[in-house]
Amino acid sequence: MSSENGNLLVAEKVRKEFGGLVATDDVDFTIPRGAVVSLIGPNGAGKTTFFNMLTGVYRPTAGRIVFDGEDVTGKPPHAITERGIGRTFQNIRLFQNMTALENVLVGMHARLKGGIVGSIIRTPRIRREEEHAHDTCRELLVYCGLRRKDHEIARNLSYGDQRRLEVARALATQPKLLLLDEPTAGMNPQETAEFTSFVQELRTGRGLTVLMIEHDMRVVMNISDRVTVLDYGEKIAEGTPQEVQKDARVIEAYLGKQALEGQTE
Amino acid sequence: MTELPEYRRPWWDRWAEILGEPRRRWRALDDRQRYQVGIVLRVILLGVVVYIAWPLALLVLVLFLAQYAKPYIPDEYAWARRMLVPTIVLIVAVTYPFYVESLPVMQLFGAFPDVNTAVIMGVYVIMAIGLNIVVGYAGLLDLGYVAFYAMGAYACAWFASVQFSGQHIKFGAVGVGGSTPGIHISIWVLLLIAAILTALIGIVIGLPTLRLRGDYLAIVTLGFGEILPQVANNGDSLGGFNLTNGPNGITPIDSPGFFGISFQEGSGSFFTGPRLYFWFVLILVIITVFSSLRLRDSRLGRAWIAIREDETAAAAMGVPLMRTKTWAYATGAFFGGIAGAYFASFKSSTFPNDFSFNISAFILSMVILGGMGNVWGVIFGAAFLAYLNQEGLANIGHKLNQTFGTHLDVPLYQYGIYGAIIVIVMLVRPEGLIPSARRQAEFREGVADTPLYDTQA
Repeated sequence: MSSENGNLLVAEKVRKEFGGLVATDDVDFTIPRGAVVSLIGPNGAGKTTFFNMLTGVYRPTAGRIVFDGEDVTGKPPHAITERGIGRTFQNIRLFQNMTALENVLVGMHARLKGGIVGSIIRTPRIRREEEHAHDTCRELLVYCGLRRKDHEIARNLSYGDQRRLEVARALATQPKLLLLDEPTAGMNPQETAEFTSFVQELRTGRGLTVLMIEHDMRVVMNISDRVTVLDYGEKIAEGTPQEVQKDARVIEAYLGKQALEGQTE
Repeated sequence: MTELPEYRRPWWDRWAEILGEPRRRWRALDDRQRYQVGIVLRVILLGVVVYIAWPLALLVLVLFLAQYAKPYIPDEYAWARRMLVPTIVLIVAVTYPFYVESLPVMQLFGAFPDVNTAVIMGVYVIMAIGLNIVVGYAGLLDLGYVAFYAMGAYACAWFASVQFSGQHIKFGAVGVGGSTPGIHISIWVLLLIAAILTALIGIVIGLPTLRLRGDYLAIVTLGFGEILPQVANNGDSLGGFNLTNGPNGITPIDSPGFFGISFQEGSGSFFTGPRLYFWFVLILVIITVFSSLRLRDSRLGRAWIAIREDETAAAAMGVPLMRTKTWAYATGAFFGGIAGAYFASFKSSTFPNDFSFNISAFILSMVILGGMGNVWGVIFGAAFLAYLNQEGLANIGHKLNQTFGTHLDVPLYQYGIYGAIIVIVMLVRPEGLIPSARRQAEFREGVADTPLYDTQA
């Protein structure tokens, strides 16, 4: 199974154009199995566009995306989720008027089989399946730090809890690869620290591969095995956090040319 | 700086404001005040109901008492706790034909609906619950629901009448002479066949249209709702083949029956025709309600609600949008088909004129009035509007004319009246009279379903 040299995801020359605008420009990208990879770059660099192509929300204009040895380019989002990519959203997109438990249950949709007739008659098999799903989801809520929040309506949860619920929902899809879109946005330093160790736990405890877009450099440098930097849709650097930190083009992209000149003088 | 033109309020703006005022006041109250006002309003409502029809008030009171008695039932009879209220409702409903004639006359509304009217109310309840699956659960605005109703009715008509007189097929039909030409299949079988056929039509209509969102979907469904009656109207010569008998419709249609008793004629003074029709429509309503509730709490029901709340997020969580929406359509169509088939058999006829856009709007009004998403609300909305349509408006008109000596034909203004009801509901209580908690929250706080704006493109 470890096709493509142990890489879980391989993106080759992925390109997306919106009209005349090139949002991502022939980006090559790989995610090794079991790694935590960060995608960084200034605002408008095309990070989220790239994310949306990986999850099937957008169809790439050109290029190929191979996940777990299977070409998933242009597949619809639900098919990609089914194959094992779970995601969260930059601006929280929970099902606001459903309870926390229901949110997580929707995440399990692809893993359940209940059909229309079976659900009406409620056959023993469906009944068992539903009970099992409820148990799994309750465990997931506890795992993500949402103990006793099962029947809370999602919109009434605190901001941090909503972020946690998004992760719980994504985990319910039973992903191999978890995509986190700015997971620590709006968190205070303590919450951020907690979240960082949570991601570590996901990797070691659950064997998950994680790709995240992140702006908080401390988080990025702390937990990433590899960092990829995008700027104006182009990949300008890739490597370990240390390597990327020293890269001239990265400094230029973030701080401007002058900063670079000031540094070298 | 250029002066902006002064905003001029249109003349009706003031009236809209006055009509919307109760709601604004209500929102300004805090929870305790709301509770108090709520109690007062409920007492007033109960008073009105007592004045208009005390038997109805009595029923409401009994149901409330049953509700309060529930916690006192010991745990070993948990099933009794669950079944208490449904059992009371069931007994009251099943025995309705026996006591309807001895019920007192209502104020304003006149006599209680007779059994024939109750059958029609039941048929509309089934249709409204079916539409509620599409509109209330999955959030897909369907303005052409009448197409499914028509499909069910014609499916019933084809296989239980003399329409295809070249054929001589009989299967379990009751009350049909041996030499009668045409296809005559038992109505019981036909209900299922009609429902499945209609569900298939639902899928066929759904596949190309359900890719659209919101208003666009509504417009396309509106189109389909117009197409099917037109086909029925012009279907008397499809390449020389008479499919629908055109504007003359198909009549008579066989009636259901068992043990050789046809529902049309009934048997004796106990099993009269209308009573048999009524009891069977009750069974259909129960099946529909049961299925609808079970579906709501299933994997599919959760997916429908998720799609209504946020389509993009639902897709990202592994919900296949097209398939799930199509299921909602097919399920809604299924119930529409059953209702259409039963109604056609009840009226023993089906005409293209029965399936105008008005019916779609009428059924949608039932769902909106009752409360989208909540089965109980929808049942109430459907029963009430169907009753008004069938008897209520005529009775009210009669009463008004008697009291004020006018000569108004009130039923003539029916759609104006329904329109006014909907406008008032929308201004004062947009979530409907008996909404689901979730829908209520959505109407108050809004949903987050904007097409992906977290893209940085």
